[in-house]
Amino acid sequence: MTQQVLNAIFIGSIYALFAVGYTLVFGVLDVLNLAHSAVFMLGAVITYSLVALHGMPFLPAAVIAILVCGLLGLLIEFVALRPLRRRNAPPISALISTIGLALIFVAIVEQATPGTLFSWLWQDGANSVRFPAGTVPNPTYHLAGLTIEGTKLGILVTSVVLMLVLGYVIRFTQIGRALRAVAENRRAATLLGINVDRIFASTLFLSSALGGLAGLLFGLAISDIGPYIGRDQVELKGLAVIVLGGMGSIPGAVLGGYLLGLIEVLAFVRFGSNVEAGVAFAALFLVLVLRPQGLFGARLRERL
Amino acid sequence: MDFFVELFTNPVGFYNQHELLIAQIGINAILAIAIFVTFYSGQLTLANAGFMAIGAYTTVIMSLYLPTPLPLNMLVGALLAGMVSVVVGLPVLRLRGVFLAIATIGFVEALRLGVILNVPITGEGQGLKNPSADPLGGIVPILISLPILAYIVWRLTRTRLGQAWSAIREDELAASSNGINVPLYKMIAFIISAVLAGYAGALETHINFFVDPTEYGITRTIQILTFAVVGGTTNVFGPIVGAVFLTALPEIVRQFAAYRDVVNGIILILVIIFRPQGIVGRGGLAIIRPRWWTRWRARERPATAH
Repeated sequence: MTQQVLNAIFIGSIYALFAVGYTLVFGVLDVLNLAHSAVFMLGAVITYSLVALHGMPFLPAAVIAILVCGLLGLLIEFVALRPLRRRNAPPISALISTIGLALIFVAIVEQATPGTLFSWLWQDGANSVRFPAGTVPNPTYHLAGLTIEGTKLGILVTSVVLMLVLGYVIRFTQIGRALRAVAENRRAATLLGINVDRIFASTLFLSSALGGLAGLLFGLAISDIGPYIGRDQVELKGLAVIVLGGMGSIPGAVLGGYLLGLIEVLAFVRFGSNVEAGVAFAALFLVLVLRPQGLFGARLRERL
Repeated sequence: MDFFVELFTNPVGFYNQHELLIAQIGINAILAIAIFVTFYSGQLTLANAGFMAIGAYTTVIMSLYLPTPLPLNMLVGALLAGMVSVVVGLPVLRLRGVFLAIATIGFVEALRLGVILNVPITGEGQGLKNPSADPLGGIVPILISLPILAYIVWRLTRTRLGQAWSAIREDELAASSNGINVPLYKMIAFIISAVLAGYAGALETHINFFVDPTEYGITRTIQILTFAVVGGTTNVFGPIVGAVFLTALPEIVRQFAAYRDVVNGIILILVIIFRPQGIVGRGGLAIIRPRWWTRWRARERPATAH
């Protein structure tokens, strides 16, 4: 059982990291960025491609992948979000245009086989692959009857540290204050001399970089890298997480991530894998209907 | 291009050769009508794939275990989807905008992963073989249903009901202060949409030999949404045109068929940015009638009046 709780914490860290980026965009821009899961997938795919196809060591590959994902975030902002904002389109339009981008990203990877246009990025089409053995050292620790894999421990530490850093940045730095001001009231922030467009662009960069990182950690921990990992594994679960935590709340998304990890593991232990798959959506549905502001108290309800 | 040449020079041969494509176009058009109804009342609900699944599974399970005739099975499937929509709609329709969209997606996936994959009668992950499948015969009811349903919905949008939907879409608060029972009319739209989607699901099982649970997930939902967005939702013909256009597109440009989702994504983004009212907007078919044409017409008209 303790072993299962440990697994819940590992998978919960990835959910949390993914959902933090999701919720950040929702909190600041008030739109749901459905391309986030495609960026998550590309984070894993780009790292894999640099390591396996281009023979790069893991760490620099990961850094490059994260930066590329950040740039993809800017692409999302400039292609799918900014033109709509200029026109004062309803927030639903942004949801649809980001779906469009997600379709494109996924299809590019899915169709990439040797000899096609994108074979430098991906060669396995719709198949799923794993990092070559020994990409990262993976010592296994045995502690009080529990088995702890080194990579999973690394993932836990990385995500907790990053979420703490993010919390610090948003609470105490100049850009974090600007971010919160924009989230609170876009117009007032403009009047105070904050360049709102630039805040939006940095939000997308930050959120997508985190999404890409979550993706490559997922690829490392679950050994499953392919064009559909974003759509099938985290897109809707990420939605469930941010709904559980209250849309737009970062601490809520972190707690929600771990909570969902725990719920899933418990459902798996209690009822088996078929029920595990559905439990996230049942939770999402119930929370939206019964408690749309999220599960946690009023203090977490305020944005960011 | 061969596609069009054949369509006009040899329509019978075209029909025989592309029967399955035509059937799929018909089903997608009915699904597009289904999502149109909720769009028209101002709600972005993405539950249609779930109602489709209910219609499809009910029809096939009834054909497997009961001696009832197929049309009755289909009808029961559609009605059952409608009944489920009442249960789902009561809590969900209080939500708005993005939250409504998320909740309905949650319903679709919870139904697929939570119910269909766990109830033995649905064949769980394996899906079900359809004993009464008839790919060539199945096309006839589709082609008959489509114009009838389109006509009914088109008429509906012109009744008091349709006016109430428009009012709710434009301004919910103003509508309710003018005495429109907003929750009731939203619910009616949701039920009609669910029945249509359930019926489309039932029709689809008829041309497939197999009901596969993976068919009724988020991918399908997004596909249906794309029809409505690309076609436009000012009137019922928009989504139908969107469905026909997007379903036929991979056949028309064969060399891009593999990259169909790239093309779909680009079309989706271009439409939502440059023509939010869809291909069939208030001004009719935009592609056929470009902007300079309307401007030219507007300049001509005063001259002819004198």
